[in-house]
Amino acid sequence: MVKNQEDDLKPMDKFVIEHLTVSYSDGTESLKDISLNIPANAINVLFGPAGGGKSTLLRVLNRLNDLADVVTVSGRVILDGMDILDPKTDVISLRRRVGMVFARPVVLPFTIRGNLTYGLELAGVRDKSRLNEAVERSLSQAALWDEVKDRLDEPAIALSGGQQQRLCLARSLALEPEVILLDEPTSGLDPISTGKVETSLQELKQNYTIVLVPHSVQQAARVADNAAFFLQGELVEFAPGKEIFAHPKDKRSEDYIEGRFG
Amino acid sequence: MIQRVGFGLITLIALLTVVLILMVVGYIFVQGIPAISIEFLTGYPSDGMRAGGIFPAIVGTILLTLGTALFAVPLGICAAIYLSEYAPENRWTRMIRVAIINLAGIPSVVYGLFGLGLFVIFLHFGTSILAGCLTLAIMTLPVIITTTEEALRAVPQSFRTVSVSLGATRWQTIRRIVLPQSQPGILTGVILGLERAAGETAPILFTAAAFFLPRLPRSPLDSTMALPYHLFVISTQVPGMPIHIQYGTALVLLVFILGMNLIATVIRSRARARRQW
Repeated sequence: MVKNQEDDLKPMDKFVIEHLTVSYSDGTESLKDISLNIPANAINVLFGPAGGGKSTLLRVLNRLNDLADVVTVSGRVILDGMDILDPKTDVISLRRRVGMVFARPVVLPFTIRGNLTYGLELAGVRDKSRLNEAVERSLSQAALWDEVKDRLDEPAIALSGGQQQRLCLARSLALEPEVILLDEPTSGLDPISTGKVETSLQELKQNYTIVLVPHSVQQAARVADNAAFFLQGELVEFAPGKEIFAHPKDKRSEDYIEGRFG
Repeated sequence: MIQRVGFGLITLIALLTVVLILMVVGYIFVQGIPAISIEFLTGYPSDGMRAGGIFPAIVGTILLTLGTALFAVPLGICAAIYLSEYAPENRWTRMIRVAIINLAGIPSVVYGLFGLGLFVIFLHFGTSILAGCLTLAIMTLPVIITTTEEALRAVPQSFRTVSVSLGATRWQTIRRIVLPQSQPGILTGVILGLERAAGETAPILFTAAAFFLPRLPRSPLDSTMALPYHLFVISTQVPGMPIHIQYGTALVLLVFILGMNLIATVIRSRARARRQW
């Protein structure tokens, strides 16, 4: 994906979310009438107290909520002009376009290489050189190549927690997605590993759209190009990161950012 | 003080089970070993079972066990995959589960009668290996289904979520992650189930077993001798039976089943050492 001048001037919206409401089978609404445009090639942060609906929104964006017990979803979520909530949407190819990294690093019970090639092999890629190329590229993008290049065929579980999480990031990147969703990806990591992940994200946003649920307000403020504040299923405020963290418009965002409730 | 008495008591009870097992096995071993010879293992019974070997019974038990596996293993594993990976949690699946648990509790002689009615008489299989295997398979299914389902559920849910998020279908996830990871558990369950089938007398009593056959079975529709039934016959139906032949037969059956048990244990402990979660 090559960025051209025009994109710089006029940021494209990767996702257009219109009146999205998600409720669980017991009637509780997890997201209430959310409308939001998520720009491409930026780090978009969804933050707010626990239970606000951030993770739910992430899981709608790649239809992973299909796995959850009976959820009703209404509204529209448009990815590059295609409504992904349409029942006719090919969720498999959607999930290849919209990758996800979870809070706890979950390495699959394979080798390091096996973790990285898993998604591609499912997609039918058999060509060894293409797989190897994807392994090296994705590991480099996740700033892990130098640490593991000599042990690609060892079990992935042998890696440290921080390395595992970067492996999970690399595993999503190996599929060359367009969007990467990250759900508190650094919540279990030490500050040094957290720093490495954040640095990778800054580079990745050149080519990818990133949607991040941060594990703290501090992290949100550090990395956000745009930030959306969620409170009890409602989108309170969505603004460029510089604005929302310096001068929040809504009283509730201000209270949360300044730590008056949490 | 009370705690120490309690622990002592529990240790004692645990020891007692070990002692009991050793006693049973040891007794049969000591009594049976004089009967064991090449001739006993490879020869046919003679003199109204009072002499000769038990070869046809050994072959029969192996055939019945393999035949049971042929029917029960694929069916049981598929049922477990459905219950664990596809079935929604609702009244219907709860009913299936209750049925399976109850099926496991039915006395084996009832399976025997059922097999007699359905396979031997209604389906005209006659007293045959086929009818016996099918009866044993039905009896074994609940064990295989429940242990397999447990093994599948033991695979962390997060593996499935991650796999799906990487563009895998449900079946690809099962094929490439869930089944390989649960394979040792499934194998253990399969062996435990078949072990029970191998040692049962009642289900084959009316469906497959022959009192005496001077030859090996030639087709699945032949009846067959089998170790547990043979043991029953020579212990109760034949007057003037030399005792060492009874214990010899018991010993062969015991070694057969303990051997299967050993295989299951080895598989399990090897897998535990290799497990990555």
